[in-house]
Amino acid sequence: MTRLPVSVAAAFAVLLAVAVAAVSAPWLVPDATGQDLMLGIAGPGPGHPLGTDDLGRDVLQLLVAGARTAVPGALCVAVGSMLIGNLVGLPAGYLGGWVDALAMRWADLMFSLPALLVAIVVAGVLGGGYGLAIAVLVVLFAPTDTRVVRGAVLEQRHRPYVEAARLKNLSAWRIMTRHVWPNIAPVALANAFLNFAYALVSLASLSFLGLGVPAGSPDWGRTLSDNRTQLLANPWAVIAPGLAIIATAAALNIVGDWLYERVDRRGRAR
Amino acid sequence: MTGRSWGAFLLRRLAGTAVVVALLSVGVFGLLYLAPGSVQQTLLGTRPATPETIAAIQARYHLNDPLPVQYLSWLGGAVRGDLGTSIRTGTPVADTLGQRLPLTLALTGYGTLLAVLAGIPLGVVGALRRGRATDRLVVTAGVVGLSAPPFAVGLLLLVVFAAWLGWFPVYGTGEGFADQVLHLTLPAAALAGGAVGMLVRFSRAALIRELEQDYVVFARARGLGGAAVLGYALRNSLVPILTAAGLIVTGMLAGTVLVEVTFALPGLGSLLVDSVTFKDVPVVQALALLLTLLIAAVNLLVDVGYSAVDPRVRLGGRAS
Repeated sequence: MTRLPVSVAAAFAVLLAVAVAAVSAPWLVPDATGQDLMLGIAGPGPGHPLGTDDLGRDVLQLLVAGARTAVPGALCVAVGSMLIGNLVGLPAGYLGGWVDALAMRWADLMFSLPALLVAIVVAGVLGGGYGLAIAVLVVLFAPTDTRVVRGAVLEQRHRPYVEAARLKNLSAWRIMTRHVWPNIAPVALANAFLNFAYALVSLASLSFLGLGVPAGSPDWGRTLSDNRTQLLANPWAVIAPGLAIIATAAALNIVGDWLYERVDRRGRAR
Repeated sequence: MTGRSWGAFLLRRLAGTAVVVALLSVGVFGLLYLAPGSVQQTLLGTRPATPETIAAIQARYHLNDPLPVQYLSWLGGAVRGDLGTSIRTGTPVADTLGQRLPLTLALTGYGTLLAVLAGIPLGVVGALRRGRATDRLVVTAGVVGLSAPPFAVGLLLLVVFAAWLGWFPVYGTGEGFADQVLHLTLPAAALAGGAVGMLVRFSRAALIRELEQDYVVFARARGLGGAAVLGYALRNSLVPILTAAGLIVTGMLAGTVLVEVTFALPGLGSLLVDSVTFKDVPVVQALALLLTLLIAAVNLLVDVGYSAVDPRVRLGGRAS
């Protein structure tokens, strides 16, 4: 076990704080969206360390509650696309042939599209809200996972343990799921972290544009768009959620990169 | 390389691009049918539903024809520059796009310039100081740039440089060249963030790989100066950096939507969001088609440019 780099340690600390906020938000800030219309938007003051937004909601409480809307949706996207990626990438890499060709042409096609733009167009025109936005992102992210899983499987396919399993006449399905998959799972997981970061940013962007979470939700992207015209009244209403999005996404990327490097090194040493 | 295989490569890539554009155009056309409500209603929008207007819409969009015929007539119109009529404003979509395009082009051009000016030097510094504190700082800054959504960066820039320091205007596009540059600086900087992160990553990795090559060792052993060696290595690492161009362009296109909304700039991006919110399907279709063509063209150019420099790409059939 080597010493953790400072940036990775800091990233873990940020993620821990976000996780704690997401889990404990209902107890910590039970009334985060409570409005005080008489107060309206105001700078930091007694009772409101980061001030209030234009509806008189406490910015600090919104920030904590925002973790709860930011994390689950992005997690759904990362896990969903990882599942599809494994389901398609495993047979594509192991079986090869037309299965592989079909899967890779599909991935190429999806790769030529910027995910966020497609999500804006599809979620916006269909008007399906947050659930649809998540579903669209799952479909758009899946090709990355598929490519990563396929690449990892290609590397494993001709290893002695796979040949041995084949000689024992095990079914292709059994070899794929029981023998190959455990060896490529760490790569898929590291990739899921990177997708998690991208999903978090994409969902925040959609919410910022008014195409994600419903109005009134304590979402970081939503808070930013609500307060962007009132920078002078209380800049903290913009700074706090802005920094929260950047810090969380950067932390996920740093941890993802670090995991990738570790998994990669282990794979080479074997 | 023989001319024959070069031509074959070009043809294969052109055919691939054509297939992708054709498939995506079907998807873009399908938007009309995916939108909630009947097609007629969607196309009517806010216009009064008199029998005459309904008949006009049906004739205009060939709504009584079979779907493939409707698709072909839509595509035929689009190819000739007839992109339909906006539901929201009632003006031809092509005119609106023409008015909005210059600002978006200026913004992305300025953003690209800032990204190249910041990203490549930072990547070179990281590679030369590999493993030291400076390098770690550069790498971390690159990851933050890559992670940060342009709207969050834009708003933070607005708070610091417009609201607190007062160096830049908060909103508007400005009059005259100098004033416009001033107005577009913060938006362009916000847009450049992701591309800077990408360029730092690619240029640092490419230069580190080049500096480990034998020719660099030989050149050093022959007593060539540091600057001359760096010149060789840099020229050779430009090839992998070029492959990042496709990623950067698609990133910029998505970014410009967020940046234009953040800074209330009347470009194509804010037009897309307004049209999507208003369910102005003809405008959304036209923008989607334009973006599809743009991205396909960039990907094709990158592939062809890359293979012109590095023949192995052609021999292998595809860049990886």
